[in-house]
Parts: sequence; C-alpha cells; structure tokens
Amino acid sequence: MSTHEAITLAHQEEWARVVASLTKRFGDLDIAEEAAAEAFATAVERWPTDGVPPNPGAWLTTTANRKAIDRLRRENKRDDKHKEAQLTHDSPEPPSIFDDDRLRLIFTCCHPALAIEARVALTLRMVGGLTVPEIANALLASESAVGQRITRAKAKIKAARIPYRVPSAQDLPTRVSGVLTVLFLVFNEGYLATGPDTAPLRHDLTAEAIRLTRLIRTLLPDNGEVTGLLALMLLTEARRTARVSASGELVALDEQDRGAWDTRLIAEGHQLVRERLAAGVAPGRYQILAAINAVHTSARDMRDTDWSQVLALYDQLVRVDPSPVVALNRAIAVAELDGPEVALATVDRLEEQLTGYHAFHATRADLLRRLGRSQESRAAYDKAVELAGNTAETAYLTRRRDQLRS
Amino acid sequence: MQYLVSVIFDENSTQATPDEDAAIDIFNERLQAQGNWVFAGGLASPDAATVIDNRDDAAIISDGPFLESKEYLAGFWVIEAPDLDVALKLAADGSKACNRKVEVRPFQ
Repeated sequence: MSTHEAITLAHQEEWARVVASLTKRFGDLDIAEEAAAEAFATAVERWPTDGVPPNPGAWLTTTANRKAIDRLRRENKRDDKHKEAQLTHDSPEPPSIFDDDRLRLIFTCCHPALAIEARVALTLRMVGGLTVPEIANALLASESAVGQRITRAKAKIKAARIPYRVPSAQDLPTRVSGVLTVLFLVFNEGYLATGPDTAPLRHDLTAEAIRLTRLIRTLLPDNGEVTGLLALMLLTEARRTARVSASGELVALDEQDRGAWDTRLIAEGHQLVRERLAAGVAPGRYQILAAINAVHTSARDMRDTDWSQVLALYDQLVRVDPSPVVALNRAIAVAELDGPEVALATVDRLEEQLTGYHAFHATRADLLRRLGRSQESRAAYDKAVELAGNTAETAYLTRRRDQLRS
Repeated sequence: MQYLVSVIFDENSTQATPDEDAAIDIFNERLQAQGNWVFAGGLASPDAATVIDNRDDAAIISDGPFLESKEYLAGFWVIEAPDLDVALKLAADGSKACNRKVEVRPFQ
C-alpha cells in the first residue's frame, strides 16, 4: 500500500473516531473538528518521509490531542474549556451499553433539535470527514451556505447544550430512526441526483451513505432497521451501473441488463435480509423495503419476479407507512398481478396528494400506454418530464413518450 | 443550565380550562419536587399590554403589544435542566399539561 493509500484509508477509518474522542475529551465540536483536520494535514506532510506509523489511528488521535491542547494554550482559556468539558460530561443517566464515542457523535449530529439540512451537513462533516467544499458539491449548495449551516449547528449544540451521549433505551428507537433518515437522504441524493448540472447518479454519495450505515451497524448490530437500511442500500447500489445507459438515459427495471448487477453486493444484501427474517421480529420500513429489493434481485427477469411476494410486502409496508408514495409503488406490483386497468384505478385515487410528484405521472403514463390510451399517456409523460429533476430520468421519460403511437 | 419554556397561544388554542389549570398545578409540583423549578407564570392577553420607550429620557407610552401577532406568549416556565434532552422531556410534559405549543430556549 502506498503512503497516499494509507492516508486515504486512515481518513476513512479513523476520522470519526478521532473527532469523537476529542469531542469527549474537550467537550467542544469546534476544537475536535479543527484538531482532527490539522492532524490529518500533518499526516499528509509527514508520513511520506517518516513512513506510515504502525498504528495510524493512535498516531492521529495523539497528534490531534496535541493540536487541540496547543490551540487551547494559545487561546489561554484551557481551564475554562476543561470546566466546560467537565460540565458536558456530567450526565445524569447511567452509561449506555452502546458506549462508543462515534455513536455519541452521530446522535449529537442528528439531534432532532437541529434542522434536517443542518443534520445532513454536520453528519457529513463530523462523522463522514467530508470537507465543506465536498459537502457543498454533494448537496448542490454554496460553500458559504454549508459552512454557515455547520457553524450555526455547532453553535446551537453548545448554546442549548445538546448532550454528547447515546440516548436512553426508551428514546433510542426514535433517535436511531432520525439518524437513518439522514443517511437515507444522503443515499437517495446519490441514487437519483437532482438538478440539470449534476451527474444523474452520484456514486460518491451512495458510497458515503453505505460506509456510514455500515459504521452504525457495527455499533448497533441488533437494530433491525439499521440492518434493513444497509441491505436496502446494498441491493440498490448493486444495480447502479445497469441503471444508466451509455447515452445517459435511466434504464427501468424491466430493461436492465441483470448480468451487470453486482453479485457480491446482492449476496451481502440477501444475507442481511435473511438475518432479519431469522430474527423473527416485526420488520420496520427499511427492512420491508430491503425485502422487496431482495425479491427483485432474486429474479432472472421481470416476468420471473415473484410479484405476489412483492405485493404482500407492500401490503405489509402500507401498514407501517400508509403514505401515498407507498400506495403508488404498491400499484406497480398490482399492475403486474391484476393488470394495468386495476392499477390505474388505484393510482388515479392518489392524484390529489401526488399531483406534484413526477413518479405519479410517470406511473400513470406507463399504465395508460399499456392500456393503449396513447393520448392520455402522452399528456402524463409531458407532466412527468416537466416535474422530473434528474437528467437521466428526463431522457428516459422523453424517449418513452416519443415512442408512443399516435 | 436554565431554559425558558415559552407557552405559545396560537390559532388552535382556546382559553385555559379548569382541567388544564389542574394539570399545570400537578406538573409544577413535579418540577418543584424534582428540583427543576425556577419560576413560572401565566400572562394576561396581549390586549392588556402597554409599551414604554424611555431611551430618549422622555417616556413614550403606547397602548398594546409591540408585535401584533396571531401567536403570542401566554405564559412561561424557567426550568433548571442539565442538558437539552432533559429540558425537552420536561417541556413535552409541560406542553401536554397546559395543552399548548411551547418553545424551549436556553439562557445565555
């Protein structure tokens, strides 16, 4: 391994650990973030000549600690900071069984008292180790906006004293679900990136979301929804290269080259889904979505798909999450089992709630096309193209519309 | 650490009922017993407010609240809590007791 690779690997594996342990020691996210960044900069400077240390993580933590102490000495308020740090740690609750500093860091960054945009930016910075320009690029926001979001979030954490700890067992399910929302948001932006000037699929974002979800799974291995989300991401990521054609057009599931799917990711995703089935606990939203994707990725082609199994899973999902978007996706399975006419009746009932959602019109357009109602189908495709924000999807919808017989 | 828990009267609110008053009393007693109590009070409606500006040493008195709003402060608690999670838990119970939306804000 080259020094450069060693630094990249250390950054991936150790960044969150270094930030987390410094936050615990100094009780200040700002100091932790800055000192961690300085420690990695020192590694970039020194490792090529001094060699990679035998324990990169320990080297980075020690260096970052030294940087933080230097800064506090410079600012001559070490005593105050230590007092403050002490206060932050006086936790009235007994230590949790999941006592990992990185977990504390994740829960602090994803605290519900922070706006969702702030949670996403803060998590990518503090846990993911992305730089502000990288996050700005990922979220299609300006660097100054992202920088401000992170600064404000850190200021609120300090001023309102958002605690640096793993929530109590009683609060854990809701708080974990808040963390997963942040990760799923990052993943989805990579899965179907929005905006005319961005690549349709953003592997950097999906890979980062998967990496962070893996981290949370190692920290909370018994949480079914964490495992479910990881499985869902892996089974989706497995189809990444097959999802966009050479000409930059989105390829729908029925037209994808299944030979191009990543069998290693699929095997891992299936293994996780089986693990959750074996657990025998009522599954949550992500576990059901993962199971649906497991059915799709088990089929040789569209016709071979076990649609009754897919529909049964959607029925289960509707009970957990009775949202119109879930009802829309369920209708797609209904179309395969009971035909497009039955499905269309279901879809039409969702119009009021979903009229601003491109997938609603795309689904309607496809059902109308299959029923030979070309004119109505064309109008629905027009509406879908107008609302779709993803370049590859727009190209796909436009082609399908133009292939309609008049 | 002290937090101000503001009780917000909004369009979904109605005048306080005896049941709410009783629930608030129980909640207040709990705050006192647990050591979270600092201070609390209910406010008369904004119609009863008077604004005074004496910055130029000539006190100008005007009628009414300084902000005309459909949402206004109906009362508040000042609570002592070790961190925001504890404050939010208490505030959630306070919101339930007084049957109003509340805002939690730390003192500097």
